[in-house]
Amino acid sequence: MPTFPDLFRQLHSDAQFWSLRVVDEQAECYAVRKNVPQPPALVSDRGAMLTARADGGCGYAATSDLSPRGLQAALDRATAWARATASRSLIDFRAMPTPAPRGSYASPEVEGSRRSQREWYELLNEESRGAGFDPRIVDWEATVEARVGEHRLLTSAGGDVVQRYRFVMPGIAVTAHADGDTQMRTLNGYRGLAQQGGESMLERFAYAGSGRRVAEEALELLFAPNCPSGTTDVLLMPDQVILQIHESIGHPLELDRILGDERNFAGTSFVTLDMFGTYRYGSELLNVSFDPTLPEELASYAFDDDGTAAAKVYLIRNGILERPLGGALSQARAGLPGVANSRADNWNRPPIDRMANINLEPGDASLGELIAGIERGVLMSTNSSWSIDDSRNKFQFGCEWGRLIENGKLSTVVKNPNYRGISASFWRSLARVGDASTMEVLGTPFCGKGEPSQVIRVGHAAPACVFTGVDVFGGEA
Amino acid sequence: MTDAVSPVETYFRDLAALLDRSLGGGERYTCRLDAESSDFVRFNRGKVRQPGSVTQGYLRLSLIDGNRHADQSLTVSGDLASDREAVFAALRGLRATLAGLPDDPHLAYATDVSSSRVVRHGSLPAAEAIVEAVLDAAHGLDLVGIYAGGPVYRGFANSLGQRNWHEVASFSLQWSLYHRADKAVKSAYGGFDWDGAVLAEKMAGARERLGLLARPSKALEPGRYRAYLAPSAMEEIAGMLCWGGFSGRALQTRQSCLFRLNEGSARLDPSVSFSEKTSEGIAPAFQDDGFARPNEVPLVDDGRMVGSLVSPRTGREFTLAHNGANASETPESLEMQGGTLAADDALDLLDTGLYIGNLHYLNFSDRPACRLTGMTRFASFWVESGRIVAPVDVMRFDDTVFRLLGSELAGLTTERELLVSSDTYHQRDVASMRLPGAVVREMAFTL
Repeated sequence: MPTFPDLFRQLHSDAQFWSLRVVDEQAECYAVRKNVPQPPALVSDRGAMLTARADGGCGYAATSDLSPRGLQAALDRATAWARATASRSLIDFRAMPTPAPRGSYASPEVEGSRRSQREWYELLNEESRGAGFDPRIVDWEATVEARVGEHRLLTSAGGDVVQRYRFVMPGIAVTAHADGDTQMRTLNGYRGLAQQGGESMLERFAYAGSGRRVAEEALELLFAPNCPSGTTDVLLMPDQVILQIHESIGHPLELDRILGDERNFAGTSFVTLDMFGTYRYGSELLNVSFDPTLPEELASYAFDDDGTAAAKVYLIRNGILERPLGGALSQARAGLPGVANSRADNWNRPPIDRMANINLEPGDASLGELIAGIERGVLMSTNSSWSIDDSRNKFQFGCEWGRLIENGKLSTVVKNPNYRGISASFWRSLARVGDASTMEVLGTPFCGKGEPSQVIRVGHAAPACVFTGVDVFGGEA
Repeated sequence: MTDAVSPVETYFRDLAALLDRSLGGGERYTCRLDAESSDFVRFNRGKVRQPGSVTQGYLRLSLIDGNRHADQSLTVSGDLASDREAVFAALRGLRATLAGLPDDPHLAYATDVSSSRVVRHGSLPAAEAIVEAVLDAAHGLDLVGIYAGGPVYRGFANSLGQRNWHEVASFSLQWSLYHRADKAVKSAYGGFDWDGAVLAEKMAGARERLGLLARPSKALEPGRYRAYLAPSAMEEIAGMLCWGGFSGRALQTRQSCLFRLNEGSARLDPSVSFSEKTSEGIAPAFQDDGFARPNEVPLVDDGRMVGSLVSPRTGREFTLAHNGANASETPESLEMQGGTLAADDALDLLDTGLYIGNLHYLNFSDRPACRLTGMTRFASFWVESGRIVAPVDVMRFDDTVFRLLGSELAGLTTERELLVSSDTYHQRDVASMRLPGAVVREMAFTL
C-alpha cells in the first residue's frame, strides 16, 4: 500500500500551491438503555480534502476515494474551482503565505490499553442497573464513545504534519417523571464528559457509581420547587461556565464571524475589529486563554488544519479584550494577530475559524469561599438549554440543577433554573472566580457552525464563578 | 423519473450482490448507502469566499445473526474493486463483535420485501455558471450565503432481496442581503430545475425589502405583543416540536415536549393539525432499516395529539405498531394544515404588532410545558394599522407553544410554503416542511 506521502508525490497540478489533508477516524459507540445493551455502532471514517490555489483563487475538493485516481480527480476539481472563481474571490490568495509545517502530535495514552467490548458493556450495565432503581425513573442510559484518529496534512511547499488522537466520551442520562412533570439529569450534559486520552478519565470523573447518583438527583429535581424569579447572584459551576464561555466569549471572538462570513447562518458578532486591545469585555477577574497545550483537553493539537503551529495565548486579560479567534487567513484579512484555530470537523469540510480549547483561568477562591460570600443567590449546574442572538449578545441559558444559597449556605434544591443577560455587560458582573481546586477540564463534540455546516470538538476548562445582579427565573408554574 | 441508471446506483446494486454472496449460514444483513456529489460555494460581501466540491459515500452495514446484531459505518469510494476489502473487513469485524453480544430483545428488521426506485434529475447548470448568475444578480449588494447542489443518493438493500433507491439531483441557494450590522433580508431558492428568471425575481423582491431596513429601527421594550409569524419563522417553532416532540419513544417516556398534549392536559387551537406526509416531501419513502413509510401519519388533528412517529425498535419495546419512522423518530416531511386567513390579509389581522420573518436559535426553557425561547432575526418589522413602519431590533421571546398555537392563535394563513431543509451537517439533508404563517394575539418578549 502506498503511503500518503507517496500518493501526494504522484499528484500533479499547475496550481501555485496545493495541499492534501487526510482524516482517518475509528469509533466504537456502546450504550445500555434501561438495562438492555444496545447494539454497538462501529464507525470507520476515512477521506481526503485537496485544496488548490491558482491565479489568486482557492478551491477545494473532498473525496472518499483515496486511490491515486480519486485524489488526482479531487486535486483537478479543486484547481478548477480556484481558477473559475479567481476573478470573483473575496480574498487574493496570491498574497497568502504557503504553509510548510513539519511536526507531529499525539494524545495522551494514544497507544495505551483499551477496554474490550465486553468490558465496556460490563461498566455500562453496572451504571444502568444503578440508575433504574425507582418506578418514577422512566428512562435511563449509560453510553460511551471511544474514538481514535490520525490526521495528516501534506503541502506542496514541503509541509508534512501527522497528528494522532484518542478520545473517550462517556455519558449518563436519567429521566424521572411523576405528577405531570418530567426532569432529566445527566452527567455534565449530553457528551459533557469528553477528553483526549485514554480511559483514565473515567477515574478522574468518578464515572463508576455515577448512574445511581444521577438518578437520585433526577428524582430530587422532580419534587423540587421551581427556581424563583428575580435579580440575584448566581454561582455557576464549571459545567455551566463552559457553556457561558462558549456562547458569549468563544463565538463572538471568532474572526470569520466578525468579518461577516457567517452572517447568513451562525450569525455575526457584537465585537468589532476596533475593539481589540482596548475593549473592557469583563471585570478585572476575567482572564480567558486559547490553550491547545492541556494534554487531556478535547481540542489540544500541535497544528491547526491550515498548518499553523498552535500555542497558548490570552484572548482576554484582566478583563480587556486582546485578540480574536482567527486563523492565518483571517488574520491576514483583518490585519490582526490571532491564533491557530483554522479547523475542519472532518475530511469533507474545509477549515474555518473555530474555537479549540477556550479556557477561563482560575482565580483565588475555594468553592466554600464562593458560597460563603453569597448572601442570597442560586447555584446552577449542568447546561440544559442555550439560546443567544445572532450577534452573540442577548442570551438565555438554562441548567438541570439549581440550589438556593441563603446567608452563605447552600439550601433548597430548585428545578428549571434559567437566567438571561447580555454578553456585553454580563462578564462585567463577574465578581469572584474559583481557584484551581474548582477547575474542570470539559468540552463538547457538538459545536455547530459553517456553510456547509460542521460540528466540531471543542474543549473548555473553567472554575466555578460568581456573577452579581443576574436575572434568574424558573419554569412554568 | 428516469430509467437511466447512474454509476452510483450500479455500484450499490453490485455491492448488495457482493454482500449476498458473502454471508455465512444463518446470517442476514441490511445496508444503507448515503452518498452525494455536491458543490458548495460560500459567498460573502458579494464575492466568492470558499468554493468546493465533496464526493462522499457512507455505507452502514448491519449484520444480524439470530437476535444479535451490530452496525458498522464506513466510507466507501464508489469503486467496488477498491472497496471490496474494506467491506469484507467490516463483515469480519461485525462477526467478531456479534460473538460477544447478548440477544437484542428489540431487534427489528424488514422481512416484507418492499423494493422501490425513485430517480429525479432536473435541469441544473454547472455550479460555476450558477455562481456567476448569483453574483451578477446581486451586483452592488452585500450578499452572504451558500449554494449547494448536485445529486444525493440514498440506497437500502438486505439479504432478503429488498432494494430501495432514492436519487435526487437538487439545489439550494440560501442568501442574505445586508443593510448594516444585523439588519438583513434572508432569501432562499431551491428545487430541481434552475431558472435564472426565478432567481432574478427573488433577488428583486429581496432588494425591495432591503429598502425597508433603511428606515430607523425600533427598539421594543419587553412585554407582550401581537405578532405575525411568517412560514420561515414557523419553521423554527415546528423544528423544536420535531426535537422529540412527535417521537413515540419520547412520548412513552414523557420526554416529549408534547406529552401533556398527548395526555390531554394541554390543548392546541382546533385549527392546528400536523402530519408526517412522506408522499408530499422529498425524503425517501423507506427508512434506514428498510421499512416502508406510509404516505401520511397524522400527528395532531383538531388541536389534539392523534399519533406519533414510531420506529420499529420503539414498536418492539413498547408493543406499539410502528409506522416506518427512523430511529430518531423525527419528521422528515412535516406538514401543517393551513387556515382560513389569506396571506395578503395577515398584516390587516395583525393590525399593530410584530412581523417576524425569521426566528433564531430556539431552545426549551421548560420542555414539559413546551415553553420555548429564541430570538427574532433578519427581516422583522414593527407594524401599525396593518402597515410596516420600521425594522425592529432583535428581541428575545419566551413563551409556550400551547399559548402561541393554542389560546393565543388568531389565525393561520391558507397559503403554505414548502421549506426545504438547508441542513448540511455531515451531508445534505432531504427533509422538508410545508407550513402556513400564523397571527398570534399575544407573544411574550423578555429581553
